[in-house]
Amino acid sequence: MKALIVENLHVAIADQEIVRRLSLTVPRGEVHAIMGPNGSGKSTLAKVLAGHPDYHVTKGKVMMDGENLLELEPDERARKGLFMAFQYPSEIPGVTIANFLRAAMQSRLPEGEELEATDYYAKLYEKMDLLDMERSFTSRSVNEGFSGGEKKRSEILQLAMLEPKYAILDETDSGLDIDALKTVAHGVNSLRGPEIGIMLITHYQRLLNYIIPEYVHVMVQGRIVRSGDKQLALDLEERGYDWVRDFAEEPVSV
Amino acid sequence: MKEANSAVQIDRSIGDFAYPEVHVRDAGAGLSEKTIHYISDVKEDPDWVREFRLRGLKTFLEKPLPTHWASKDLEAIDFDKIRYYLAPGTGAKRSWDEVPEDIKRTFERLGIPEQERKFLAGVEAQFDSEAVYSNIKKAVGEQGVIFVGSTEGLKNHPEIFRKWFGKVIPIGDNKFSALNSAVFSGGSFIYVPPGVKVKHPLQAYFRINAENFGQFERTLIIADEGSEVTYMEGCTAPKFNTTTLHSAVVELVALKGAKIQYITVQNWSANVFNLVTKRGLAHEDAQVKWIDCNIGSRLTMKYPGVIMKGRKARGEVLSIALANDGQHQDTGAKMIHAADETTSNIISKSISIGTGRATYRGLVNVPKHLKHCKNNTECDALLINATSRTDTYPTITVRGTGNAVQHEASVSQVSAEQIFYMQQRGLSEAQAMSLSVNGFVNDLVRQFPMEYSVELKRLIELEMEGSVG
Repeated sequence: MKALIVENLHVAIADQEIVRRLSLTVPRGEVHAIMGPNGSGKSTLAKVLAGHPDYHVTKGKVMMDGENLLELEPDERARKGLFMAFQYPSEIPGVTIANFLRAAMQSRLPEGEELEATDYYAKLYEKMDLLDMERSFTSRSVNEGFSGGEKKRSEILQLAMLEPKYAILDETDSGLDIDALKTVAHGVNSLRGPEIGIMLITHYQRLLNYIIPEYVHVMVQGRIVRSGDKQLALDLEERGYDWVRDFAEEPVSV
Repeated sequence: MKEANSAVQIDRSIGDFAYPEVHVRDAGAGLSEKTIHYISDVKEDPDWVREFRLRGLKTFLEKPLPTHWASKDLEAIDFDKIRYYLAPGTGAKRSWDEVPEDIKRTFERLGIPEQERKFLAGVEAQFDSEAVYSNIKKAVGEQGVIFVGSTEGLKNHPEIFRKWFGKVIPIGDNKFSALNSAVFSGGSFIYVPPGVKVKHPLQAYFRINAENFGQFERTLIIADEGSEVTYMEGCTAPKFNTTTLHSAVVELVALKGAKIQYITVQNWSANVFNLVTKRGLAHEDAQVKWIDCNIGSRLTMKYPGVIMKGRKARGEVLSIALANDGQHQDTGAKMIHAADETTSNIISKSISIGTGRATYRGLVNVPKHLKHCKNNTECDALLINATSRTDTYPTITVRGTGNAVQHEASVSQVSAEQIFYMQQRGLSEAQAMSLSVNGFVNDLVRQFPMEYSVELKRLIELEMEGSVG
């Protein structure tokens, strides 16, 4: 099975353990939502999978289509098909969206092969239309002076252009008004299909009204304490995170 | 874009080769009156030049090294070990076929004859102390444009040469302008007649081939009323374990309404002390623009300046300095406002990598009696590593009312988060760094002629590749 498989993962930053005994399988073709209160370790999980240097995996393993992800540099993981939409994407002054994406796509080509500029721009404009973005957006510096909504749309644009095998969306809904949320959701939905597995990290159920997941997992204190279908998200919305906190200390079976 | 010229010789490995010395003229090591007489004899200097040189020597010996404000690294130069004049004795040829084989091959490896065919109006190629090749396109020469070596200039065009030589930068301006005045050889003399606009750039390429050597070219460019000219210079040297000294003096004179643009891409090897004095004199409505890129050398000290002598004159310095491990780029600009309604603009960007150090020194002076003068200064520094260093020493003196000055400075650092973000998109750490740096200089590089901006970007990529890990 082609899947992103996390097995018994333990993660620490400095001396503090943030993720514990976490196991999760995201096959291609499925959308898995990860929900949880602030500080539950959701974003840490995303960063660890992407290879952020500040976090140390103390135990466990992560396989992507049968390959040990933890042995790879962040850029190798990306080129092999892992994408993360950042909650707080960095600014890159002086580098335009168009040039940045072009460099990213060029990095995926074999040495000596040049990205075809005409095809590139055709694809870029197509994806921008999908996300309701103005053409002038491509000549702005990456994330510099972007509104919250523009940052998130730019992340989804990059996702659409890079066509990863697995995408982690870290709180992509935060800071979006309802119109922007719908646009972003529309963009993500149009990318869904049998070739991509999506991990949707969110604090609120709201996003899941627009991107309907196959599975919902609830994370508390660094562990997944509950898994279910989209109904779980609705229950959570109604009863609040205190309801699942009680499960945190119980053994979990997924 | 593939057609980009490699005049700027960004890849230092390309410049890192040397042929055996072929010189028949050698002033020997060390500096004394004897050295001056040797040079004057060989070059068959007129008496006034010999006297000028002797005054230069005297001033050089009297002046202390400026280590009270500049780097103590200057003390590493052993002036007694340097050879001050080395030449093959062939003179400057008008055709590459007449240039001695080894020397010709040197410039072919550097791509000079090819660029000349492609986009230049004229080329001068200097090998150690003397030009070995000097040629100007026929059409440009027919317009009355003079483009020759400094020796030929002072001999064949004394009426123009002598009027301005040493006037913009006097012998005693600083210790190294005095040294240059004593032993100068090579460099260009350019005169553009009134109203003539030279469409394509004139280029000089300075090559150091010999060890324990000093190159002291002297360039004088005079743009007569309403004329326009762009001059570009490139330079390389092989990397030796010994010290090489490069100390040029460049004087520009833009008469009423004239425009001079002077572009430098300095890519000396890491054993070169590059101590250069460059200044332009802008008359009424004239413009002098320095585009100055410093990538190579061990220590560079260079502060291109413009004296705005006539009403509405304009001075501009756009500079980029890249200081890698073990390098110190001490650069800046001087803007002397000496007439009403003069404007100056300084944009300086520096990048420090590893233990590299970039220093910006700026001098802007607007005296009290002037009206409606403007200066804009922006200097931005980018630090790549925790060990990188940058310093800024701006001196801005603006007196009187109705003059406007604006100064902005920033220091930024490539952050780990930024690099991680770019890596997550598939770029290697080196590619990410290089993209950040290119982004940092981008708005400035866009103002450069295309051939240079493409090469500069390529150079930055090469420099960044070695800086990660």
